[in-house]
Amino acid sequence: MKKESYLLPLVLIFLWQGLSSLQWIPSYKLSSPVEIVLGLKDLLIIGMPPGNLLHHHVLYSLYRVGLGYGVAAMLAIPLGLLMGWSPRIRKMVNPLIEVIRPIPPLAWIPIAIVWFGIGIKSAAFIIFLGAFFPILLNTIAGVLSINPILVEAARTLHAKEKQIFQKVLFPGSIPSIFVGMRIGIGIGWMTLVAAEFTGVKEGYGVGYMIMTARDIQRPDQILAGMLVIGLIGLLINLGLRTFESRVIRWRG
Amino acid sequence: MKTFPGRNQGEDVHVLDHLQYRIENGKFISIIGPSGCGKTTLLRIIAGLEKASTGKVLLDGHEMVQGSEEVGMIFQEYALFPWRTTLQNIEMGLEIRGVEKEKRRSTAMEYIRSFDLNGFEKRYPRELSGGMKQRVAIARTLIMNPRVVLMDEPFGSLDSQTRNAMQEFLLGVWLKRGDTIIFVTHNVDEAVFLSDEIVILSKRPAKIIQRKEVTLTRPRDRTSEECNKIWREILKLLEEEMKSEGKDDYRRSILQST
Repeated sequence: MKKESYLLPLVLIFLWQGLSSLQWIPSYKLSSPVEIVLGLKDLLIIGMPPGNLLHHHVLYSLYRVGLGYGVAAMLAIPLGLLMGWSPRIRKMVNPLIEVIRPIPPLAWIPIAIVWFGIGIKSAAFIIFLGAFFPILLNTIAGVLSINPILVEAARTLHAKEKQIFQKVLFPGSIPSIFVGMRIGIGIGWMTLVAAEFTGVKEGYGVGYMIMTARDIQRPDQILAGMLVIGLIGLLINLGLRTFESRVIRWRG
Repeated sequence: MKTFPGRNQGEDVHVLDHLQYRIENGKFISIIGPSGCGKTTLLRIIAGLEKASTGKVLLDGHEMVQGSEEVGMIFQEYALFPWRTTLQNIEMGLEIRGVEKEKRRSTAMEYIRSFDLNGFEKRYPRELSGGMKQRVAIARTLIMNPRVVLMDEPFGSLDSQTRNAMQEFLLGVWLKRGDTIIFVTHNVDEAVFLSDEIVILSKRPAKIIQRKEVTLTRPRDRTSEECNKIWREILKLLEEEMKSEGKDDYRRSILQST
């Protein structure tokens, strides 16, 4: 990264620290950068609530996301390929999707708790809902973007229906599938933390950790938790992008 | 015969009309005709990509089954799989056929060598020139050893120098292998240079106006008097066809209702 990208954040942090040290910013509302770093250290060593360390919270959250997101991708990609391939299936399934899709994933939390109880299943279900639709819609768009002549070329090489899926439709829609996967993981991650705020929790999870910090009036740890959420989101996106650029080298 | 549903209901567009034609094994046949006359449709029917409204395609007296291994097709737009390297594109057919990896790799490498694609086996289509892409496409089809090779204006999007080079390349490959080739083009010069026989089609609905045998020995000289003579004859036929009123035929073709 270039110098320019660091400059503004650094200036703001110094300004923030300065104003906090002069006590122009009240510490019980907004902790100073130094306090946040110390809060982060406490989260790592002591934990919130004490004993539940930060990395446990992170791992639990990631586990929930991984489960919901994995199931979403496993269902959305094949269904998207089918829907992109067959106008009939598309017409059949589309109305259903158009009705369910606008319901925010978080609006499902109460019914998810009724169905699955409080715990990993309902959390994973909420994440599933958040990630499923972007992956599905982008997979469909990916199939539709494939030049039909490639399917014909495969046919003249005597490909059967199954092989057309494996060797033409799937690889051809990968760039678009990746777009969906990146949007999906973003939404999934956001949804998870919100789900952990509102009750889908069981002692661990970054959202739960932040809510506990709020309960005992620790703005430094609330902000440190937010920082952690942002950093993990950033890392996931970076990882996916690296993976993506490797897989679709052919696009140049 | 082939009719397409027309724009208005109950109106069919009649594209091919009672084409009957027999092709000898190992011949290089070109099909030429006014644009939009149905040349491509004819090839697509033979390739099994479309069904004829009536009539059938026979090979050795047997009706051809769609997706049979007997026919290969080469497209003007190359139709290479952009996510596959040169080698992987050439291998595709063998992979579909279920040939094991070692075997198909070594077969594909033979084609890469003899098609002058050395050093490009790991490149993706976007990194290849037009002429190279078409060589990959030809290799991808020929590796399947089809009985009949269909080519739909394969050199139509190449510049004229590359085009000439590709014609000579194709002739070289064909002379060695002796495939049966059906080559659609609208370029008379190309047809004369390449073919054993040229089939001239009429406007829609396409009928055979004439079959012209070209017996000149190869290699042919494009600018020779003999080539020019055939070229002029065919051009004249095509011009007459374009000029001919043929209103009745035409009206019947677009108004024919089901």
